[in-house]
Amino acid sequence: MGEVTMLEAIREALFEEFERDPAVVALGEDIGVFGGAFKATEGLLAKFGPERVIDTPISETAIVGAACGMSYLGLRPVVEMQFIDFIACCFNQVTNFAAKSHYRWGAPVPMVIRGPSGGGVHGGPFHSANPEMYFVHTPGLKVVYPSTAYDAKGLLKSAIRDNNPVLFFEHKFLYRRIKEELPDAEYTVPIGKAAVRREGRDLTILSYAAAAHTSLEAAQVLAKEGTEVEVIDLRTLLPLDRETIIESVKKTNKVLVVHEDTRTGGIAGEIAAVLCEDAFGYLDGPVARVTALDTPVPYAPPLEQRFLPSVEKVAAAARELAKY
Amino acid sequence: MMGLDRVSMGKGTAQRMNGTLSREQHLELYYFMQLNRQLEERLVRLFRQNKIVGGVYSSLGQEAISVGTSYALEQRDWLAPMIRNIGTLLVKGFKPRDIFTQHMAKVTSPTHGKDGTSHFGDLKTLHVVSPISMLGDLIPVMAGVGMAGRYLGQQIVAMTWIGDGGSSTGAFHEGLNLAAVQRAPLVLVLENNQWAYSTPVARQVPLKDLADRALAYGIKSRIVDGNDVIAVYETARWAVDECRVGRGPILIEAKTMRMKGHAQHDPAEYVPKDMLEYWKARDPIARYEKYLTNSGLWDAKTKAEIDARIERQLDEDQKFAEESPLPDPQSAEQGVYCEGCHEIEADWRRPKEQVMPPAASVEAVWKVADFGAATIPTGATQSKPEAQPAVHYPKHAHQTGHGASQPPRSTEASAGKPAGEDLSGAPPLRVPFGRGPKDRSFEREKQQNQPAKQNRHRRRRR
Repeated sequence: MGEVTMLEAIREALFEEFERDPAVVALGEDIGVFGGAFKATEGLLAKFGPERVIDTPISETAIVGAACGMSYLGLRPVVEMQFIDFIACCFNQVTNFAAKSHYRWGAPVPMVIRGPSGGGVHGGPFHSANPEMYFVHTPGLKVVYPSTAYDAKGLLKSAIRDNNPVLFFEHKFLYRRIKEELPDAEYTVPIGKAAVRREGRDLTILSYAAAAHTSLEAAQVLAKEGTEVEVIDLRTLLPLDRETIIESVKKTNKVLVVHEDTRTGGIAGEIAAVLCEDAFGYLDGPVARVTALDTPVPYAPPLEQRFLPSVEKVAAAARELAKY
Repeated sequence: MMGLDRVSMGKGTAQRMNGTLSREQHLELYYFMQLNRQLEERLVRLFRQNKIVGGVYSSLGQEAISVGTSYALEQRDWLAPMIRNIGTLLVKGFKPRDIFTQHMAKVTSPTHGKDGTSHFGDLKTLHVVSPISMLGDLIPVMAGVGMAGRYLGQQIVAMTWIGDGGSSTGAFHEGLNLAAVQRAPLVLVLENNQWAYSTPVARQVPLKDLADRALAYGIKSRIVDGNDVIAVYETARWAVDECRVGRGPILIEAKTMRMKGHAQHDPAEYVPKDMLEYWKARDPIARYEKYLTNSGLWDAKTKAEIDARIERQLDEDQKFAEESPLPDPQSAEQGVYCEGCHEIEADWRRPKEQVMPPAASVEAVWKVADFGAATIPTGATQSKPEAQPAVHYPKHAHQTGHGASQPPRSTEASAGKPAGEDLSGAPPLRVPFGRGPKDRSFEREKQQNQPAKQNRHRRRRR
């Protein structure tokens, strides 16, 4: 099998899960005949038919609501947000209906809400957002945000099989920019497990999604300067893999968190708190962070470049941290 | 139908004969309405004794809607109640103790104290979806339930309720629109109880009949006198039957009145007193009792037996709830996620091969029948009639007297039979009571509604 993009890996996961389990259905705007705005569901309708691949009205609340109802009868709906920014339109249905269902009355909601997220493609304030933290703050949800084609496929399959509502963020900057060869054999990637992307002894960078690639590039720059950086890809933000984070800190004693989400209320703050609670004695310096600005995602390329984390910003922050 | 064993009438089989109700079923309707009312009266007493943890949301005066609509469902069907639909839960098979323990936050409650009131359900046996407090969200959810049931070949119908106030939410419109596009087997019962907390319906919706909401979605609707349990049942039964054969979704507007405040804390002083008097004279249970008597369906002894049975049952279940402990504090941390605690398996009633390739495969192209062409002459514009008045009215097989083409303006018109006291001289049902007391049109229409001026009034409105 040749190399596939992250987008193709996502499509493979959908086809395989549709083939494996007739309880898996898909709902979303323009996902059927058109195959989705990014073509993630291309070919799905032709193969599995309109009962399983449902083109819906532009009604995010109704889409997620209907998916909740379907899940109560044992289906496993996969909802596409055309852009993940639009998940704001169904915030209530996600956070109050789906997330609280099992806790309140023991009714599991096996559902996936997936969609393209993230910036760097000049999408402007409404097509570039990283709204993951609204949902990381919501008990009852799981939040997954892969950075590789392999993980995207394996995690999406796990998400579809999970008995809880899983929000699956697909960084659109990565959709067609990264490629890798995937195993021929069936595989899944467990939700809630971080991955060590690069081993190092001097400091740890915790990151995810497109920012994980930025962090790896920065690590290469620093390696030439003699600083060995360990890069951990969180992959799942809720539940957070505290164990892997803390194991790494015990080794490197310094932590830099890098994310494309905005700064205030981003996962970096939560990780800093976790480290203070569980690994304070191992820290040789402050928990540092490189994040997007606390602004909406701006449209003009120079503004967006300023907004986003970059290899330079990450390397500079790492150099400062390494001094401790 | 569930619950027959709870009525003191032996073990007769409830058989529906072409949409008509047997004597046992007539009595069962009474039983559930009275059980609903007596249960809520006990909740009010418990509230005053500080034994209720949260609020009590009375459905006084609306029992005929909860009971009459849900009574049209079968065991396999699904429902999702709203806060004032305790009656639907009783009809579907939950016990009064479930309601008591929910309100008292006891560990023995269906949610083990995690949530209160009517916020609980059962996926496996009773097929009840729990509501949330945000209005309208159940509509797309129950559309999805209906769609999933159809997909699995279960031939089920989904039913949920919404208020006049809730019909203004985005979720209502998105949900009904999706249901309509998908032809989902969904019965949506819009309980127009005239008040959204303190705001009268005229300030919420610019329509006389909320059933007109259906016109926007190209679906069938009916208006029914919500205080006439037989009319409500017949209308719901028609809607359920229609949905089951693929002619849904359907919207039913049930006109009624919220006889108490929004919740126990609310004395509802904003409601005009004569409005309450008007509706009190149309109390659904009192009317139905008279109907049962006049129809010879029961006697005083039967009523006394049913009432006594309700009392015994409520005594027992209230005692159970009061004696139950509150939940262990540690349980607050449990159950956020489903990790192996539930086995999720769909109940397939059709061959799975039908939804798998190659059987399911299609050519992925759109077919657009008329190319979206305008059907009006070039250069012209077409005016559409205004939504009101609604043109869909109940039409019952047994209806006599007023013709089916007559709007159900009076309490008799919808049922077509004497239910309760003679109200033939009473003003039309559509009274100005959806308005505030200081609204000048309120006084004006009250004048016009005097029986002597009734005919002129009707002509004018046509």
